[in-house]
Amino acid sequence: MGVSILPVLEVKDVVAGYGEVEILHGVSIKVDEGEVVTIIGPNGAGKSTLMKAVFGLIPVKKGRITFKGRDVTGSPPEKMVRFGLSYVPQSENAFATLSIQENLEMGGFIRRDGLSERLNWAYELFPDIASRRHERAGRLSGGQRQMLALARALMLDPQVLLLDEPSASLSPKMVEAIFERVAQINRSGVAILMVEQNARHALQFSRRGYVLAMGVNRLEGAADELLESAEVGKLYLGAEP
Amino acid sequence: MTDAVSRPADLVGRAQDIRRRYGDTAVTAALWLLIVGLVLWSALNSDTRQLFVNGVVVGSVFALGAIGLTLIYGILKFGNFAHGDLMMLGAYFAFFALTGRVSERPRFDKELPWSLDSLPGAVDRLGDLTFGYGLIIAAVVAVAVMAALSIGLDRLIYRPLRRRGAGIVIFAIASLGVAIAARSLMLIIWGPEPRSYVTGIHKAQQYPFDIRLKTDQIFIFAVAVGLAVLVYLLLYRTKLGKAMRAMSDNPDLARVSGINTDQIIAWTWVIGGALVAVAGVLLAIQAQLNPQLGFVILLPLFASAILGGIGNPIGALTGALVVGIAQEVAVEYFAPGYKSGVAFVILIVILLLRPRGLLGARV
Amino acid sequence: MRLERWITPAAFAAVTLAVIIMPAERSGWAFRDSVIPFLASFATTVAIFAVISLGLNVQWGYTGVFNFGIAAFFMVGAYTAAIFTKPPPAQPEFVSYVGGFGDKLDFLPFLSSDQWLPFLIGTAAAAVMCGVLAFLLSIPTLRLREDYLAIVTIGIAELLRNVSIEERGLVNSARGLTGIPRPFHDFFDPGDYRFVYFGIALGVLALVYLAVERGIRSPWGRVLRALREDELTTAASGKNVFAFKTQGFVFGAMIMGIGGSVFAYERGSVSPDTFTHFFATFIFWAMLIMGGSGNNKGAVLGAYIVWGLWIISLQLLGYDLPQFLRSRIFFIRDFILGALIIAVLLLRPQGLLPEERRVSIWLERQLKRRRRLWPWPRRREPTEAAPVD
Ligand SMILES: Nc1ncnc2c1ncn2[C@@H]1O[C@H](COP(=O)(O)OP(=O)(O)OP(=O)(O)O)[C@@H](O)[C@H]1O
Ligand SMILES: [Mg+2]
Repeated sequence: MGVSILPVLEVKDVVAGYGEVEILHGVSIKVDEGEVVTIIGPNGAGKSTLMKAVFGLIPVKKGRITFKGRDVTGSPPEKMVRFGLSYVPQSENAFATLSIQENLEMGGFIRRDGLSERLNWAYELFPDIASRRHERAGRLSGGQRQMLALARALMLDPQVLLLDEPSASLSPKMVEAIFERVAQINRSGVAILMVEQNARHALQFSRRGYVLAMGVNRLEGAADELLESAEVGKLYLGAEP
Repeated sequence: MTDAVSRPADLVGRAQDIRRRYGDTAVTAALWLLIVGLVLWSALNSDTRQLFVNGVVVGSVFALGAIGLTLIYGILKFGNFAHGDLMMLGAYFAFFALTGRVSERPRFDKELPWSLDSLPGAVDRLGDLTFGYGLIIAAVVAVAVMAALSIGLDRLIYRPLRRRGAGIVIFAIASLGVAIAARSLMLIIWGPEPRSYVTGIHKAQQYPFDIRLKTDQIFIFAVAVGLAVLVYLLLYRTKLGKAMRAMSDNPDLARVSGINTDQIIAWTWVIGGALVAVAGVLLAIQAQLNPQLGFVILLPLFASAILGGIGNPIGALTGALVVGIAQEVAVEYFAPGYKSGVAFVILIVILLLRPRGLLGARV
Repeated sequence: MRLERWITPAAFAAVTLAVIIMPAERSGWAFRDSVIPFLASFATTVAIFAVISLGLNVQWGYTGVFNFGIAAFFMVGAYTAAIFTKPPPAQPEFVSYVGGFGDKLDFLPFLSSDQWLPFLIGTAAAAVMCGVLAFLLSIPTLRLREDYLAIVTIGIAELLRNVSIEERGLVNSARGLTGIPRPFHDFFDPGDYRFVYFGIALGVLALVYLAVERGIRSPWGRVLRALREDELTTAASGKNVFAFKTQGFVFGAMIMGIGGSVFAYERGSVSPDTFTHFFATFIFWAMLIMGGSGNNKGAVLGAYIVWGLWIISLQLLGYDLPQFLRSRIFFIRDFILGALIIAVLLLRPQGLLPEERRVSIWLERQLKRRRRLWPWPRRREPTEAAPVD
């Protein structure tokens, strides 16, 4: 962790929720350039809510979100994308009634040029979906759909990618494949903020991690420290394999 | 639950079982076979041939309305009960642009000193059509006005409801309010007496197979088919259209992809408003300008849109032609008052057998 | 807001004052001879329409079922009551209709000339017919999107009106039925009868009101409202959603039928042009939305306000209006009603009297249920398995 590096994404004391209901009671997270950060926590901890708040899908009541030093609190999602963030929601993360190609085109909606090169790039990275590009996304298998969602989010060349449980309800083989792809994306210089249920797996290739519970930061630290921490191990990682 | 009430549930459940067992395709194939059979039979039978042709024309008018309706229904997700009345309002705007006339008191008009029909040759007939280029310019004016009005209504009414997160039914009630307001506005400004764009009678042409057809009607059919294809191309071939479908599929994900959904909604209304105006003008050419007509046409429009599959313009065209033909051919066998009953029966059948419509996508 | 608290009393007071003062002024303040009888007729109509508005409240306010064809039920109720109470057609070549059971139903001799039994039977038959109609309509629609029922009910209202016109022998076509007997009519001075009938209408309204209140407070009513709140949870709790929705729809339709029958007895005649969409469907929606859906008092108040506006526009014709206004006054009224509905939805979605007992009403609740900023129903996130611990 370089001391002098300004974090690309910084979330400070964010309070947010749905309507009257407050779910996040002041959460702080930061992501440095090029790193992978994982958020873990029990169901209902507010992990997805945090992602939505960062991305402007739900209003931030208090706190600040800065992206590369710039205050982006309260910017709507369509603006966040322009700043250089991308987001893969936990569910319903592909347009089921659109074809795969159309899904990717929508991912690159605000691109002015180079759409077809980017499409080719995406198909190269995800060959599974390339062969089915004119099929409706609703017919893809769970793993393929997750791939499509990743590809869609990458169409704009983001600097930070927010992933909400990319490996949820996939077969172990598929989980492996997804993580491999995420690592590959990260190696190309994209910082990744990821929520994961497969906590051990995710932490293994993250630099740092956060534990969120009941809408507040519970723990944070380097990924390997968290992996070894007794508390985390007991609560979120399950028994040692 | 009493038995009496759970029984239709059983019935429907059984129908669904049958559907599941023999597959969706069987029901669909049977429906298509039935429809194609009836249509072909009515076209070939010399008693009903003329009615069949009339039905195609009536169906084209329905199609014009249903294309706009299905677009709004598919993209914005609510049944716009004001669609018929707004069509008529668009027709009246064209009338006003053309003639500059408003009602002063019953059966007595006030006329602006200048309007489109003062242009040289504006009312001279174009070929065999009943109207001149003046009406076409007037229709363009109506298109612009209705597009602007649609955006205005969205800003004023539907957007606040959307922001509040109101359910589709609230939108439907609001659109009913719009329908009533639009209709009474027509009555206030132009009075209840039916009008038409041109005076005088227009003779039908004789065609082979003993068919009589006005050239206006051919024009209407061509415009209906053309618009259905155009809207289809818009939705499936343009970036805007794909974004509209994306938004209809999943608005949050659309925003996350960088699509400005407010803008897409505005575009949807612009296109919808333009379609409303064109449909209204052609309805008025085929029938007349009559404030009552807007609501009467609503049921066939919904039947067409649902029969074809909501959101699908080609489906709307298909559905509308089927409804139009069925209505006209039914005149041979039933009292003319039952015309609207035909649309109703079609609606019920399709809701029972295949609620997503003939060409509706599996979601 | 402080101002908001005054809207309901102000609307009530304005309508009441106008409805009293306008006829009084025009009749030269002849209260006894013209204002009071006028008010009695006004109040009678309000009571009848309030019954129908209550029926709609059961369907929409409490069950969340979306009926855009009130005209169909109103009409079936009125015609059924008419053919049950009228004697058979005297000159079938001029006037023809089915039924005409009036004299046959008078089978209890000691009550015969009072003829109260036929009216009860006529009303009951009206309710049953409407219930059956609602039941049939529910089959293809209530499992589908909420607004399909609206489209189908628009269709049935149109169709039934056409049937009544086309089938000569059914209910005498476009001319409709006249000479419908009026309960206890022969016992009173014709001038006083309107007060008697006002009593009857008020009695029916009271009974219906109590029945609805009881119904919605019963366990059955609680299930209905739970369904309205969130279909999925209730479905998960083992209740048959479809059956309950059907029951709510049928119950509301029966009430509308009762309202239609009382309407027929009051008018003494019914004809198809009463049952147009505008008059017979839209105004009831205006009443309920304005009064406050999900609140029975609101449904009644809405009937009062909307019918008051209606009467005011009629009364205005008695004044020396400029020609421009005179020929347009009804259209302007219609425009105002349309605009009012929209205004209420936008500015005061709870109506004049918000739903009681719950903080929120149907509209507000939808807001909570669909938290995303869209009219699209909220998609549920699948719940993942809890982490191992
Ligand atoms: N759209 C919504 N409206 C209202 N409440 C919601 C909504 N989405 C989530 N919640 C509530 O917010 C809380 C936090 O939910 P969130 O989805 O953020 O949890 P999470 O940490 O992502 O859990 P999971 O591991 O199940 O994905 C939960 O109590 C949930 O019920
Ligand atoms: Mg989550």
